[in-house]
Amino acid sequence: MTDYKIHLLICGGTGCKSSESDEIKKSLKYWIDEANLKEEAQVVLTGCFGFCEKGPIVKVLPDNTFYVEVKPSDAEEIVKEHLLKGRPVQRLLYKDPHTNQQISDSKGMDFYKKQMRIALRNCGFINPESIHEYISRDGYMALGKCLTELTPEETIKEVKDSGLRGRGGGGFPTGLKWEITRNSEADQKYVVCNADEGDPGAFMDRSILEGDPHSVIEAMAICGYCIGADKGLVYIRAEYPLAIERLTTALRHAREYGLLGNDILGTGFNFEIDIRLGAGAFVCGEETALIHSMEGLRGEPTFKPPFPSVAGYLGKPTNVNNVETFANIPVIINKGAAWFSEIGTEKSKGTKVFALAGKINNVGLIEVPMGTTLREVIYDIGGGIKDGKEFKSVQTGGPSGGCLTKDFLDTPIDYDNLLAAGSMMGSGGMIVMDEDDCMVSIAKFYLEFTLEESCGKCSPCRIGNKRLHEILEKITKGYGEEKDIERLKLLSNVIKDTSLCGLGQSSPNPVLSTIANFEDEYLAHVQEQRCPSGQCKALLKYEIIEDLCTGCTLCFRNCPVGAITGERRQPHYIDQSLCIKCGACYEKCKFNAIKLS
Amino acid sequence: MNPIESLIKDLADQHGRKRESLLPVMQGVVQQEKFLSEYSMVEIAREMDIPAAEVFGTATFYSFLETKPAGKYIIRVCRTITCAMKGKNQLLFAIQDMLKIKTGETTPDKRFTLLETNCLGWCHKAPAMLINDEVYTEVTPEKAREILTGYMKDI
Ligand SMILES: Cc1cc2nc3c(=O)[nH]c(=O)nc-3n(C[C@H](O)[C@H](O)[C@H](O)COP(=O)(O)O)c2cc1C
Ligand code: SF4
Ligand code: SF4
Ligand code: SF4
Ligand code: FES
Ligand code: FES
Repeated sequence: MTDYKIHLLICGGTGCKSSESDEIKKSLKYWIDEANLKEEAQVVLTGCFGFCEKGPIVKVLPDNTFYVEVKPSDAEEIVKEHLLKGRPVQRLLYKDPHTNQQISDSKGMDFYKKQMRIALRNCGFINPESIHEYISRDGYMALGKCLTELTPEETIKEVKDSGLRGRGGGGFPTGLKWEITRNSEADQKYVVCNADEGDPGAFMDRSILEGDPHSVIEAMAICGYCIGADKGLVYIRAEYPLAIERLTTALRHAREYGLLGNDILGTGFNFEIDIRLGAGAFVCGEETALIHSMEGLRGEPTFKPPFPSVAGYLGKPTNVNNVETFANIPVIINKGAAWFSEIGTEKSKGTKVFALAGKINNVGLIEVPMGTTLREVIYDIGGGIKDGKEFKSVQTGGPSGGCLTKDFLDTPIDYDNLLAAGSMMGSGGMIVMDEDDCMVSIAKFYLEFTLEESCGKCSPCRIGNKRLHEILEKITKGYGEEKDIERLKLLSNVIKDTSLCGLGQSSPNPVLSTIANFEDEYLAHVQEQRCPSGQCKALLKYEIIEDLCTGCTLCFRNCPVGAITGERRQPHYIDQSLCIKCGACYEKCKFNAIKLS
Repeated sequence: MNPIESLIKDLADQHGRKRESLLPVMQGVVQQEKFLSEYSMVEIAREMDIPAAEVFGTATFYSFLETKPAGKYIIRVCRTITCAMKGKNQLLFAIQDMLKIKTGETTPDKRFTLLETNCLGWCHKAPAMLINDEVYTEVTPEKAREILTGYMKDI
């Protein structure tokens, strides 16, 4: 980004793209031409800014003006007012929800203030389809440094000293994994990037690949250099068409620039990367399953050991890392392990990218230092709960994680604290729930996901989860008994202890954590046949409010089971023992005289 | 050679005939044909010298490798938690109503297949759906009708 004085960055992330960012780019270009600013102003389509809630977003540099919810028709005003006259377009600025003040500089937004961007450093700043822009922001400098100044051992030491742990969920120390793979003797080794991101609520890896694909390519090459591999594979899920396209383009550019292929930078190091597409199976995110899938087999996990670092793809030592783990590597090499290990908590270094979704004001992608509290994430960055509702719980770690309550809001987030709280870091999805969400239903939801995605190889997971689901179904239908809660716990622990892979071993976590944190909700369901948040339809009670009922008889005529009685022009009544909760009366009543409780 | 045979031969030439090329070859067939017929699976087995039972066993494991005839446009609506919280059911009903098919079915003119799938990674813009390789987010029932009308015009 050198010659131009003004840069207009438009988010080309999937979220914004689907709301017309291409059109916006076209009209901005048109008006820039009209205004004769072609030499001075440049329009760039970048990766996700993370603030998808208010997309499409246009950011103007150098003054950092941040326009939200931009439409193609706004382009004229942006060019004429802002670029020509230097007056930012007020109505497109972001309004602080608390103070109602317009904020022009994105640095002043709460959303960005507490963030620290390492893995996402380039997302939203560069055009992901331009290798030049990546290079102009220190891209491929780390690879150059490793190949020319550091031995593989020294590089591995740097990664080890940084304290970086795997961002794919398990949190295994990355440097140590590289060392183990390096020490496994073989004629051929592989570097694999796990981009099969399938946790509900997670979209960090997609955004990195869409917004900054070169960072992953560079890191994979560095890893190849360290472990002694000349071949890399990216296993990416087929559900991510834009990420696949951007990665393919980036690989092509890297080859053209001699940053992949034979004799990279004249150092004699060879490295090539291929893409493998997933085919819609969540369990393939598990590393052994992923490897089998790449081998052309059913994507079923196998027992570890042997670990992939010892015997992986085609039986050869294979280093599997997650997309975000890789994206951290070039920065660690450039800025040094000491710098990186200053950030974060004692045992969890650096930052973590989280995907905020659910009932929260600012949905989107954020990156914060490890040790940031949930309160800061949800209230300061996330802008609090939607529609002024009450925060109830946040689900982290996807189907392997748990639901955390208000009591954990001030817990610093890191691998160990989340585990101690009965949840998990997982890949970084955070789904926020409010008072309207029923925790029993939420647990049931995650189990439905697990049931569908279980590969069926071992019976505790295949059959056990099915039984868990049946019990939850029974509870939400109003047939639960108190003994069921004990049954759930017992069965959950059996599944955890006896399943083969991580999917089964962690699948009961949503059940256990909701029982631990929201036992009163379970009790209300089984003791009083009542759903406190009014989500379980079968447990609702339809009642007629006497004062409002005009006696129009409409409900009486619509009830399929004759549960309603009453005289014309007199208040009606519902016989609860007959009512099947179909909701017909509720929908028909024109006087809002029927309430749900 | 019939078109399927030559397609499979081309794919095998391109990706190789080793076991690890099986998925790319099957994905190539699905991209072209929209599904893997029994015939194509047997043909793949023959071309790559892999037992047909193994080909079948692998294909049926993956939800994106359809083994039933599918329409020209495969609609996959996300049914996972955030989309469910934000109106995926209404979306699904709107599509079912418009295409007059249920989930899992294909329209009689073989244009559309309606499926549900798990999280697509667009949870912040829920509900989300995928039509072939196109992503659609924040799809309201109206928006869905608009989008499908667009596809219907397209021959
Ligand atoms: C059911 C299951 C699903 C997983 N899905 C993913 C995934 O989508 N992406 C990922 O990077 N790791 C996933 N993992 C973790 C991988 O097995 C593996 O630990 C990880 O890719 C290692 O990379 P890291 O050390 O950089 O985290 C999953 C594990 C399990 C048990
Ligand atoms: S725990 Fe579940 S997903 Fe894992 S191997 Fe067993 S059946 Fe398959
Ligand atoms: S429809 Fe409403 S107003 Fe009419 S009788 Fe029923 S409850 Fe009363
Ligand atoms: S909910 Fe249905 S069954 Fe119950 S009273 Fe109303 S109309 Fe009758
Ligand atoms: S997709 Fe545009 S800000 Fe996230
Ligand atoms: S839950 Fe639907 S896209 Fe993630």
